[in-house]
Order: sequence, then structure tokens, then C-alpha cells
Amino acid sequence: MSLALVARKSWFEATARARLGGLLDAGSLQEILPPGAAQPSPHLAALDLPGAFDDGVVIGRATLAGRPVLFAAQEGQFMGGAVGEIHGAKIVGLLRRAVQEKPAAVLFLIDSGGVRLHEANAGLIAISEIMRAVLDARAAGVPVLALVGGSCGAFGGMGIVAKLCSAILISEEGRLALSGPEVIETVAGVEEFDSKDRALVWRVTGGKHRYLMGDCAALVEDDIAAFRAGASEFVATWQEPLPSVANLRATQQRLENRLAAYATCRDGLQVWAALGVAQPEAVPLLDRDSLVALKEGLPT
Amino acid sequence: MSLNDILDRLFPAGHMITVANQVITGQAQTAQGMVAVLGTTDAAAIDHAMALALADFVLDTVEQHPGRPLVFLVDTCGQALSRSQELLCLNGSLAHLASCVDLARRKGHPSLSLVTANAVSGGFLSFGLMADLAYALADAQVRVMDLRAMARVTKIAHERLVELATTSPIFAPGAESYVRMGGIAAIWPGPSADLLASALADAATACAAGDRRQAEGLARGGRQLAAGIAQTVRNSATGV
Repeated sequence: MSLALVARKSWFEATARARLGGLLDAGSLQEILPPGAAQPSPHLAALDLPGAFDDGVVIGRATLAGRPVLFAAQEGQFMGGAVGEIHGAKIVGLLRRAVQEKPAAVLFLIDSGGVRLHEANAGLIAISEIMRAVLDARAAGVPVLALVGGSCGAFGGMGIVAKLCSAILISEEGRLALSGPEVIETVAGVEEFDSKDRALVWRVTGGKHRYLMGDCAALVEDDIAAFRAGASEFVATWQEPLPSVANLRATQQRLENRLAAYATCRDGLQVWAALGVAQPEAVPLLDRDSLVALKEGLPT
Repeated sequence: MSLNDILDRLFPAGHMITVANQVITGQAQTAQGMVAVLGTTDAAAIDHAMALALADFVLDTVEQHPGRPLVFLVDTCGQALSRSQELLCLNGSLAHLASCVDLARRKGHPSLSLVTANAVSGGFLSFGLMADLAYALADAQVRVMDLRAMARVTKIAHERLVELATTSPIFAPGAESYVRMGGIAAIWPGPSADLLASALADAATACAAGDRRQAEGLARGGRQLAAGIAQTVRNSATGV
């Protein structure tokens, strides 16, 4: 085993706080509304469920490679990172703060199944508020970077939020989609989507597939240091474009072309072959660097 | 009530609206002048094609009719549930639609949505909830999930949820809960040109005022924490 492998700290397995500790500059992290200054969700208490003082999201300010950033990190190990009233309001407040404070970026460590059903209406409206707040921050010139690689992925409304961010940095273990495979299986049947077929789930929603298709800007190893390197590069180089009809028209055209080309595909293997990948069946086995090289060699 | 009945009552002065693949697009005459009308019908499960058709129409409106208000008619059972849709990143197409509505707002197009029958989760997020103001007809169903499914997923007894739903708008399905939470501005007894005229005037104000839903939810007693927490986070001093 190489030294690099020994030293690697998995993003997937880490808690939100451990991810932040390795992502941001040492000693720079300042939490806003830390557990001592906050209250757990009264809505969970009303259902006799245990709460968390941070309500499953850690927010604050820090520096990344010396640049000031604001961050929000969802804790997938608490209620699946799902968005309730307090959880959502913390993120909305942070994004509004970004409009005033103009940090170099907002880092959004997404690890969430979407709306917290126990607070369904509060969660749905909060996600709508987060959607608008992300776009407000970007319109104010503050880039918002989504980092996706946690055990809950980015699903439901948080999948939409991720795609509203300036860019998505994802690991191979990361998953990004709207409906979870379990939901599709429950409603449409196991023939439509077998949620226990992990390889299939990753070929449809996983980081490699989303990166190959251009839905995520960068693919990184499942390593906190790799997320740090990727995020640092983003913050150093990204120029946030102003909202414009021209940009949205370009996206519209790209999405229409893609739908026309791949609408009948049902598996990543089919899309990758259509993209021009010579050996699609080899994609799941490729390491990160080989996959990035493969994508760079694809016809555009 | 059929879509045509709804359209005739909302726009008695005239409308030119077509429906294709459950997607509504067109123009209508109101007391405030012409408005662009778009949305979905028959409890549409929003897929890529629908989201892109709606987004295209929003962009057309921004390009061809600067400032023209947008009226969304919402009838969606949520997002399409299929593997092929997820394979092409359905959340991406819904985000694109939401971005187009947001751009229209920034370009000075006031918008309002009217839930005519159903508004469920992802389908509602992508355009209905992106409007400056949302309204619902009295018999509309607005929800993330019904209580039976919620009981199954959360493993909380259905009876318990039913009992709590009578006092808590936090998770109880229904348009009334969304009014108390600040997500829906008002419930209309039926489609009405007068109510639409007044809502269009309010939307023009809301378009410039930013997202006021937390404050509304607080004022109506449905969401008592969100507004204060967001304000604290926005303003709290940190040591740097």
C-alpha cells in the first residue's frame, strides 16, 4: 500500500465537522450559531425524536488557502442531512450574509436526501428559499461551490440546489440526483430501478457518470485533501458570470441536444458508449486520474 | 374544474393558450395588460421535456416581451420517477427552469403562480415556488407527501401524524399550512379575474422586495423560528 493511500482520509466516512477541519485552513474556522448558542428542532421533539444542537448543519466563516470563505456543511449522519426549519434557515441566513460580506466563495458541503419529512412543509419552503438565496449570492458576484461526496449524496430538493451552484466538485462515491432509487423502485417497480443494485445506482447517479456528462465540473478522489485541493483551485480561478439570457440559452441548447441524443438510454453504460467511450464497461474500474484523462480525450 | 374553465374565469378578456405534452404556454389579456401564461396540467409528472419547454418559454418571454408578467398555472404530482430521467440529471433540468424564472425576475418580470389542483415537492420547487408570490385554489392539494406515505417512511404511527397535523402546519399537507408557513400568499375560493388583477399588482411589488416568505411565515404564526435564525446568522459578529 502506498503512503498516499495510508494517509488518505475518506470524505465519505467523515463527519461534517471532520470534513471542515481538513478542508479549511487550520485554525481559521469560526462557527456561526455553534451548538452552545443554538436550539435543537422543537418539531422533532414534538415527535419524541432526538434533535441536534446544530440541527444537522454547521455554518460559519474561515479561510481557504488564505482566502475568506463562508461555509455550510450538512451532517449526513443526522436525519440523513435532511432540511428542516432551523437547518434551512441557517443556510439561507449564511447565503444572505454572503451577499453583504462578499467572501471569495461560499463552500456548500452537501450531504442530504432533501426535505426532512418530519418538517415537510418547512423543509420544502426552506429549500425554495435556499434556491433563491444561492442565485442571489451568485448574482452578487459570490461564487457558490457545491462539494458532494457524503454518504447521503445530494438528492431531492438538495439535488436541485446543487445544480444551482456555480459548480459541483464531486467524488466517485458522491451521488447526485432528484428522486432516490428506493423511491423510484417503490413507485415504479424493481424492473424500473433496482435500488439494491449498487453498481447500477452508481452508473445512473454516481460521481463518475455526472462528471463524464458534464453535470459536475470536477471529479476528485474520496479524500478530504483532494476536496481541499479542488476547492482551492476553484476559489483561485473561478470567475462568476453575471446572470444572462445568453448563458441560459446556451444551457437550454445543451440540455435539449442531450435529451434528443440520449432520451432512450437507461444505463450509464449506454450513454458512455454514445459519448464515444471505447470501453464503457471499464469506466467503473478506472481510477480518478484515468477517468479525467478519458473525459479530456472524448469528442466534444 | 377543467383547464378551459379556469382560463376563461382568469382571463375573461381573452387568452391564446395551447397545451402540449401537459405543458401550458400562451398569452392572455388582463386588467394590467398582456401576461405570459405557462405551467402544467393534469397532475403532470415533470420530466426533462416539460422543464425544458417551460424554460424555453420563459426565455422567449424575456427576449420578446420585456417586463411582461408571468402567470404560472401549477398542477403537478411532482417529478417524473424513472431511471432514464435520472440518468440525464433531472435535477439539472429543474434547476435550469428555476434559473430561468429567477433571471426573468432580475430582468423585471413580476411572476405569480396559482396552484390549480396539485403541487407536490420537486415539481412545485422548480417553478411554482420560484414565483414572486404563490396562490392556490381552495380545493388544491399542496404537499411533499401524504400522511400515510409519511408514516411509512418516518415510522411514526399514522394516527399520531393525523393528530399532530391538526395543530402543526409544519408537516400537515394542504394549502392552508403553506399559507401559515409563508409559502403561499393566499387561497382563492375560485379562479377570478379580480383576484388575479390584485395579485399581479402585489407581484410587481414583491418582485422588487426580495424573498419575504420567512417574515410572512412568522407573521402568520406558522414558522416561528426561521426568520429569526436567518437574521441572526446574517448579522452575527464573528471574531475575525
